[in-house]
Amino acid sequence: MRDTLRSQRFRQAREDQWRTLDRLLDRAERGSVSNLTDAQLLSIPVLYRATLSSLSVARATSLDRNLTAYLEALCTRAYFFVYGPRTTLLERIGGFFVTDWPRTAQRLWRETLISFALMLMGAAIAYVLTLHDPGWYSAFIPANLAGGRTPEATTAALRVVLYSQDNKGWLAPFAAFLFTHNAQIAILAFALGFAFCLPTGVLMTTNGCALGAIFALYVSHGLGFQMGGWLLIHGVTELWAVTLSGAAGFRIGWRFAFPGEAQRLTAVAEAGREGAMLMFGVIVMLSIAGLLEGLGRQLITSDWARYAIAGFSAVAWGVYLYAPRPGARREGAQ
Amino acid sequence: MTDTYVPPSPLDTHRIRELVTPEGVDLQLRLADAGERAGAFLIDAAVIVGVLIGATIALALIAVVVRAPFMPQAMVVVWLLGFFLLRNFYFIGFELSGRAATPGKRMIGLRVASRNGGPLTADAIFARNALREIEVYLPMSFILANAGGLGGWMVTAGLVWSGVFALFPLFNRDRLRAGDLAAGTWVVRAPKRRLGIELARRAEAEAPFAFTAAQIGAYGEAELQVLEDVLRSNNSRVVADVAMRIRRKIEWTSTPGERDGAFLDAYYAALRGRLETGMLFGRRRRDKHDRPV
Repeated sequence: MRDTLRSQRFRQAREDQWRTLDRLLDRAERGSVSNLTDAQLLSIPVLYRATLSSLSVARATSLDRNLTAYLEALCTRAYFFVYGPRTTLLERIGGFFVTDWPRTAQRLWRETLISFALMLMGAAIAYVLTLHDPGWYSAFIPANLAGGRTPEATTAALRVVLYSQDNKGWLAPFAAFLFTHNAQIAILAFALGFAFCLPTGVLMTTNGCALGAIFALYVSHGLGFQMGGWLLIHGVTELWAVTLSGAAGFRIGWRFAFPGEAQRLTAVAEAGREGAMLMFGVIVMLSIAGLLEGLGRQLITSDWARYAIAGFSAVAWGVYLYAPRPGARREGAQ
Repeated sequence: MTDTYVPPSPLDTHRIRELVTPEGVDLQLRLADAGERAGAFLIDAAVIVGVLIGATIALALIAVVVRAPFMPQAMVVVWLLGFFLLRNFYFIGFELSGRAATPGKRMIGLRVASRNGGPLTADAIFARNALREIEVYLPMSFILANAGGLGGWMVTAGLVWSGVFALFPLFNRDRLRAGDLAAGTWVVRAPKRRLGIELARRAEAEAPFAFTAAQIGAYGEAELQVLEDVLRSNNSRVVADVAMRIRRKIEWTSTPGERDGAFLDAYYAALRGRLETGMLFGRRRRDKHDRPV
């Protein structure tokens, strides 16, 4: 009979601990941590450290490769669990609305202004051009999106679009379509920022151009005021959201091209996460805008009521996103 | 897939990255290679398309069978929102979970991790998946634009441009997607491994083999690991072949009725014991060409 190997005795003494940790991680990963009792939850970090020390010992004393590979995989899983996010989903959502979203919006104010300026510039150019020569209209608005709203349309026909209450049964699908369509464009605007800002800039400008062109069309028929209400009731929220998505895209592209003091990879990753934070907010805003456009605008046909909602949403978003918060300065200094 | 023992091949070492835990142990993460990443993505894409087709048929059937006046509208709303969620939040939702991996990644044994070793946050997960918009959907939209009648040169230029994003992982050492770059993440191998049996223990049950010091000293660690793989794979033809080679090398005279498996078990235990003792004294023997311990 030969002697038992030292590494074999080492394994025998600790194997139970490893298997316990393995089982606990299985359960924690399968569902939520609520599958575990408090005692089990508290034992995971202890078992993790014990297993980690086993790994060090195994690497130094054992030539059983299956054992070392097993311990490496187990320690890695446990590491990600022990040092993973500690907050619950609810806490995270709360933290997002209370601090993260407004703070990110404030930090990206420069990008937001640039994004807004581009959209405004596009709108102004298209407005002036279309007002002087209606021939420009088709250059800014593709025929399949115009939906009969062309320079040749009569004033009456254009007015019908503004106050149409047809298809009332299809309002909900319409709202859902608007939300998903706009959110997809916003995500694209964010992602395109990665290509050094330029495509995002183009997207913002062309979006502004379409607005300016259609506005000019209505102004030329003496329906400027009415058109303003039709556009702004949801437009304040929607365009604000689109502006923010552009800002998030610019942040990535700008930090990629000009990382400043930071390492380029670190700078891009930081900018990407900041932009993503803002994008969660953008999607929330667009879902509200979708409801306002799909339901609100079709049900509320009074111009003044439309303007009132537009004004209210502008003030509400402005205060929510940009009002200084008590304690924000101190936390920001940390 | 996750249960079988896959020994790390020596070719993998250039993909090992240091991750030192706060306790001071290097976990030596192994990055996923391009093939594993593509495989995981294809599985996920197949799941998404499958769910989409299934759900569309189911919703259409419900709308036809249930004859309520609002039914078609309700189904359209569900479909639109479902499509949006599936396209954008399938990856995000699964990567937010404890395993930090989509079903495709789980099957291949991968997970997403933060490059700096910190916790993986929701904003990082959103960023890495939002960038899929330019990595997957942008090239796809250029291909579809071709069918839509956009000029050939425009489409080619667009494909080349967007192809840069799609093929990003092939052009960097860490196999980072554009999304990984923008989120500070990477994808590492995190398979579940099963602890195999203790091979040295198996040898204890057998009749003792008396190897001389010279016979045990014939091999090093590299050969020990090959022997371990042979014993764990338990293929009787390979076992017989390897047993024959070792017997010849160490000039072992077999006793009548000696089983190949028993011989290899015993030789494995003896060799491991010798090499591990050397390790304790700081002497390693990499392979049979190395200086004996």
